Amino acid sequence: MTIAAIRAAFPVLSRAGFHYLDNAAMAQCPGTVVKAVAAHDLTARANVHRGLHELARRADEAYDGARERVAAFLSAGADEVVFTGGCTLALNIVALALEERMQAGDRIVVSAAEHHSNLLPWLAMARRKGLDVAVIPVNRDGRLDLSDLSMIDRRCKVVAVTHASNVTGAVTDIPRLAGAAHAVGAVLAVDGAQRLPHGPVDPRELGADFYAFAGHKTYGPTGIGVLWGRREALETLPPALWGGGMVAGLDGDVPIPLDPPARFEAGTPPVAQAVGLARALDWMAGLDWPAVRAHEAALTRRLLDGLAGRDGIRLVGPADLADRLPVVSFAVEGCHPHDLSHLLAERGVAVRGGAHCARPLMSALGLDEGCVRASLAPYNDETDVDALLSGLDHAIGVLR
Amino acid sequence: MSDDLYQQAIKDLAARESSRLDPADVSVTLDNPLCGDRIVVDARLSGGKVEAVGHAAKGCLLCKAAAAVMADNAAGRDAQGAAELLDGARAMLKQGAEPPLPALAPFLTARPHKSRHDCILLPFKALAKATSP
Ligand SMILES: Cc1ncc(COP(=O)(O)O)c(C=O)c1O
Repeated sequence: MTIAAIRAAFPVLSRAGFHYLDNAAMAQCPGTVVKAVAAHDLTARANVHRGLHELARRADEAYDGARERVAAFLSAGADEVVFTGGCTLALNIVALALEERMQAGDRIVVSAAEHHSNLLPWLAMARRKGLDVAVIPVNRDGRLDLSDLSMIDRRCKVVAVTHASNVTGAVTDIPRLAGAAHAVGAVLAVDGAQRLPHGPVDPRELGADFYAFAGHKTYGPTGIGVLWGRREALETLPPALWGGGMVAGLDGDVPIPLDPPARFEAGTPPVAQAVGLARALDWMAGLDWPAVRAHEAALTRRLLDGLAGRDGIRLVGPADLADRLPVVSFAVEGCHPHDLSHLLAERGVAVRGGAHCARPLMSALGLDEGCVRASLAPYNDETDVDALLSGLDHAIGVLR
Repeated sequence: MSDDLYQQAIKDLAARESSRLDPADVSVTLDNPLCGDRIVVDARLSGGKVEAVGHAAKGCLLCKAAAAVMADNAAGRDAQGAAELLDGARAMLKQGAEPPLPALAPFLTARPHKSRHDCILLPFKALAKATSP
């Protein structure tokens, strides 16, 4: 499949002179996904696992089928897939469900590269329970420094890390951290929000116990996320949220939670969004990933080279292509990221400027004012990268 | 076009040196979480009126430029005067009103750029907070 054919599936990208490089914030959605969501609501809209009428039956089939689809994408069982309202909610659910087993003085290990979604829930829990929080530092190029993992010790009960940074694009060595976590009996929660849009993942093979991602970054609808949990890990967790659809009944006033995944899906789930997400993953599964990865890597190289060839630009993140996503951040001397992104937007180039919900990483890398991030998807091409580079020359000319 | 948003008058304002005021009677720090702008305004007050201000603006060019205008026009303002300035700047950006100060005229081009209004208003919000009793 050519890049032009991939691009053609996304109606919004047909606008001339429009260069969407903000995929790490939200990816675009294929027209087929939007249609699938609408079709579901027009023909099978009903609550799930509650009714016996015709629409309810169709909704059940669609929702359960979506779960099977997600499971297949993760090489997992459907009972390991929990639908949530988003990646943030998925990570909060893991934290809340683990809270019961945490004791004052226990330790949580996070990394300095976490998005606030995989940091603040743990910090909040640490405050409530009197836990110790240790941080895996980053190197100057933003990669996690795994040279000393002694903080993952017997006190450590949870290691929570991102699979890939939303700022630097650096991919984390998850198997290594899984080994360290499991050696001391800790669980490993992985934030896959950035990694999943770049191809199928097998979280069990990686060694994760929990793996979270967002529908909207994965070419699917907003309002849906997924929490994958290793069957054995999910089974031992209590519910995090309470409501309809997640208990078998009440024993007096004691609720009897259902088995996973229903145990973690309190309330009406995002049904149409699940259908849309399944369709988005169908679309992803149809791509030739080795070819797409090569394409993304070539674009990343082009962008890295372009940035390196310009004065006063500091790359934020690895300069090489090993273990990195096509997410490239940079700071320009004397130009604030917000001004740069504004001027780029005027030229039809959509990027993101700021702290990227990763304040600890900004501090660790000495990026007081944040940075500009260009994040690519399979549908981007050379014209997008070149528009960014020439737009940057223009913006710097205006600002300096 | 933003090329006129980033006109020379605004760039000159943004490039001006600024310094904190020490000692000060009051210091206010405000953040704009969208773009990470942070402004600190220090004020010495006498009878509720600003005698002197100092400031430090870390942020985008528009925020820094607006901070320079704020600093030039703070002296003599009490809580009401500072609130009027903030309201006037807001009305200029959002309701097509005349600039409350001639020095704010260069910011008229920011009117269509809604997402940037907060960058410009932040220093005036900080001044209003610094003077409020
Ligand atoms: C690495 C990472 N984790 C988590 C999230 C949170 O995703 P959501 O806002 O969809 O819940 C994001 C989104 O920006 C992210 O980049």
